[in-house]
Amino acid sequence: MNGASDTPLAALLADEPRVVTAGVGMFADALDAQGATAVRTEWRPPAGAGDALARVAGDPRLDDANARGVARLQAARPHLVDVVTARDAIDGLGDRTLLHAGPPIAWADASGPLRGAIIGALLYEGWADDPGAAIAMAERGEVNLAPCHEHGAVGPMAGVVSPSMPMYVLHDDEHGVTAHCTQNEGLGKVLRYGAFGQEVIERLRWMEHTLAPLTRAALRAHGPIDIRALIVQALQMGDEGHNRNRAGSSLFLREIAGDLVEVDAPAVDIAQVLRFINGNDHFFLNLVMPAAKCAADAARDIAGSSMVVAMARNGTEFGVQCSGTGDAWFTGPAGVPDGLFLSGYGPQDANPDIGDSTITETAGIGGFAMAAAPAIVRFVGGDVTDALAFTLAMYEIALAEHTAYQIPILGFRGTPVGIDATRVVRTGVVPAVNTGMAGREAGTGQVGAGLVEPPMACFVAAVEALAERAEEPPPAAEREVA
Amino acid sequence: MSAASTTHLELRHGVYHDSVTLLQVSRDITAIDGVDEAVVAMATELNLGILADLGFGQHIDDATPNDLVVAVRAADDATVAAARAQIDAALAATSTSSVGGDFSAPPPRTVGGAARSTDLDLALISVPGEHAYVEAMDALRAGLHVMLFSDNVPVAQEIALKAEGDRRGLLVMGPDCGTAIVGGVGLGFANVVRPGPVGMVAASGTGAQQVCCLLDAAGVGLRHVLGVGGRDLSAQIGGASTLTALRALDADPRTELIVIVSKPPDPQVAARVREAAAACATHVVLGFVGRGERDLTAVADEVAAYAGHAVDAHLRWDPADPPAPAHGDVRGLFSGGTLCDEAMVIAAEALGPVRSNIPLEPDWALPDGDDADGHVMIDLGEDDMTRGRPHPMIDHGLRIARMERTAQRPGSHTLLLDVVLGHGADADPAGALAPALAAARRTADDRGDRLAVVVSLCGTGDDPQGLDRQAKALTDAGAIVCLSNAEAAREAVRLVSAVEGSA
Repeated sequence: MNGASDTPLAALLADEPRVVTAGVGMFADALDAQGATAVRTEWRPPAGAGDALARVAGDPRLDDANARGVARLQAARPHLVDVVTARDAIDGLGDRTLLHAGPPIAWADASGPLRGAIIGALLYEGWADDPGAAIAMAERGEVNLAPCHEHGAVGPMAGVVSPSMPMYVLHDDEHGVTAHCTQNEGLGKVLRYGAFGQEVIERLRWMEHTLAPLTRAALRAHGPIDIRALIVQALQMGDEGHNRNRAGSSLFLREIAGDLVEVDAPAVDIAQVLRFINGNDHFFLNLVMPAAKCAADAARDIAGSSMVVAMARNGTEFGVQCSGTGDAWFTGPAGVPDGLFLSGYGPQDANPDIGDSTITETAGIGGFAMAAAPAIVRFVGGDVTDALAFTLAMYEIALAEHTAYQIPILGFRGTPVGIDATRVVRTGVVPAVNTGMAGREAGTGQVGAGLVEPPMACFVAAVEALAERAEEPPPAAEREVA
Repeated sequence: MSAASTTHLELRHGVYHDSVTLLQVSRDITAIDGVDEAVVAMATELNLGILADLGFGQHIDDATPNDLVVAVRAADDATVAAARAQIDAALAATSTSSVGGDFSAPPPRTVGGAARSTDLDLALISVPGEHAYVEAMDALRAGLHVMLFSDNVPVAQEIALKAEGDRRGLLVMGPDCGTAIVGGVGLGFANVVRPGPVGMVAASGTGAQQVCCLLDAAGVGLRHVLGVGGRDLSAQIGGASTLTALRALDADPRTELIVIVSKPPDPQVAARVREAAAACATHVVLGFVGRGERDLTAVADEVAAYAGHAVDAHLRWDPADPPAPAHGDVRGLFSGGTLCDEAMVIAAEALGPVRSNIPLEPDWALPDGDDADGHVMIDLGEDDMTRGRPHPMIDHGLRIARMERTAQRPGSHTLLLDVVLGHGADADPAGALAPALAAARRTADDRGDRLAVVVSLCGTGDDPQGLDRQAKALTDAGAIVCLSNAEAAREAVRLVSAVEGSA
């Protein structure tokens, strides 16, 4: 006889049970009628992957692997350590190779903004003299395309990186992970939105020759900057770290300004850099993204884990990667965002979703931290409660609440972090994603910003792949009688 | 289908409601004046087949089981519009979504999600069988005991769930666990019993309900009934949950007497359970139901006697004009598998072979059409019969259709039915069954034959349906009503066999 009263079973028999119900509503009604505690779930059939979902649920590694993954993601403490040239930062980024956002894609399948950014990069590098020549090069297969994500980098929107571009270097000592990202060009007609006119190329050259050297020098004088600490503060100042980076950009400028002023450079250049950063509300995004990439990469390759470690779009497909499935991409068609348009543009002008910026949602901010940035709901014509609803809904598919990223209006509750692909499929709740909108036609630039729904198909495919690698549940232990 | 009628058919993608809710909505809509047919159902293969039979099937090619089908046929467009409006209102009323404008989280979609935000002990899972494992595993990993009402769960999944529960010190009741009472709270199908010192372990839902009701009537109360699922005592499962539940009840200071109720167990598993029972500090009464074993009424009587409440007679209600015995067949229509089993054992002993979908002997299995001659007893709660539709304790449609078929068979017969009361069961089963019984008896009368009806009424005085009220409605329809299922079965045997040798 087992007389212990502190076992779960003894506790169950000692009192009235507090019950959660899933399925037939009548049983919850019967509990209510008895005055018992009954929490009802709004259960619905999974969005697919039926048998695969069961195999993954039975994998004995699942819970520990996910707990380990999300703990690693949260423990990452990425610091901005340097600004270097892409060809020095990225292995294999020699001549004729460009990085791009999202899962792998060929020129033939590339959408307008990605094509525009490739054209612009070829012009910027001097590999082609005019857009026609650039297109011809791409069509002849003379340009290698490779995903940023597979080279320790992330790229906003088209995410095109060419060898001469300056890149931030972020490093996380905790897990020894490094991630890179270009510097932010500002809004409007910019390369990442697929514009490639003369002003775009000139700005990229100015960034290469003025912005990058000055920020590099200032940073080297300042020493590594803890980007996670800045994100924590920015969330409390009304940013969500993806579509709104006004506070983060201000914090960064404040941090670096003193050292920037002391750089050995003409005052006019220093002033230009200060004004450029000050005039660009998204300047900080290109630091948030590699910080998120550092954190997510720390959680890669944990056998049995269903945690999403990358979500990214190339303008044609939306792709996800899971911790337990290595480098495999699971893709579905990219949706067209729903939101507000810049004047002169409408829904017909918008390209399907594009960019690696969904790494912010992957790391527990962006759409997942919408409640921290009520101002952002103007993009969807909603109100503050909508912003709260977005974040609250994400807790259902998240493995944890972030220990550092907090939301004041939710009583400083941690942001939902660590997307569980199995829960996405089980609940039908897809990650909330904030995004910018690029023009459908190459060369257009930005046309708006809003929200987009990732396709369920990529999460279903991820669960199916996890099921192929799942371990069988362990057998029952030999039972003792009495 | 009249020529003047109007048909409406629509598919709603990604909308889910449970089958009980949809059955209620369908019934309410069908009751509207001018509506010929109304089916609001998930687009499962079975339901699409029903729609095709009703002449709706031609436009629903791209349906998946995650879609809702709304099909209405009515006298005119206005009636169809009214029916659709009522469907929308009824479905909207079942939603538990919180309205916008507050800071509260949306309702959880998974039991794990619920457990993360609220302090909980137990998950009651009644989702369709193919999805039950994922939800139950989630519950166990969230530290919750599980009552798995769902059936059609593969044995391998049951083994995995019970092994996981074992490792975590958690009880897995089910799959196919219809009845439990934990800490006095009824879960699933459960009668309202007086609180008391008896604890039960039950590998049989209606078996547990039968013993609960007999004990309650004898003045003996229960605090816990731990269901374990009908397969728990099979060789494959090895009594996993039975042994866990037995140990827990033995350790529970408020449980003074334990009774184990089960369908015939695997012999080796039975031996282990006997050994475990003998090792308990608490007295254990074993009630393995089956051929050669005593019936549940005898088991309940022993428990009552041990608790100091000897039973002389069990509750019984007779009609004003009791049916006379006449040679014929017993036709049993059961919602409870164990009650069906018990009745078959009693009948077969007296009458010989009883054909069934859950036969006592392989030779006695019914062919698919199941309109065999001779004695027939059907378990309408069996897995194959409940796939895609509500349990017969809630949905009397199948049973009424079969009663009518029996009434139309030439000759005099005796219908044997169980009617189960309590939480989870239909709010007024006699309200649905009594008129159908009376009509069936008239059908046989008109032919000059006799249709006797015996009802095994499983309920307590405190059940929401009202035991006496249900019994009265059934006796008013001419039925003999017994609280004891075994007595009801013996009564049915008497009604078909007493005529022999007395002529």
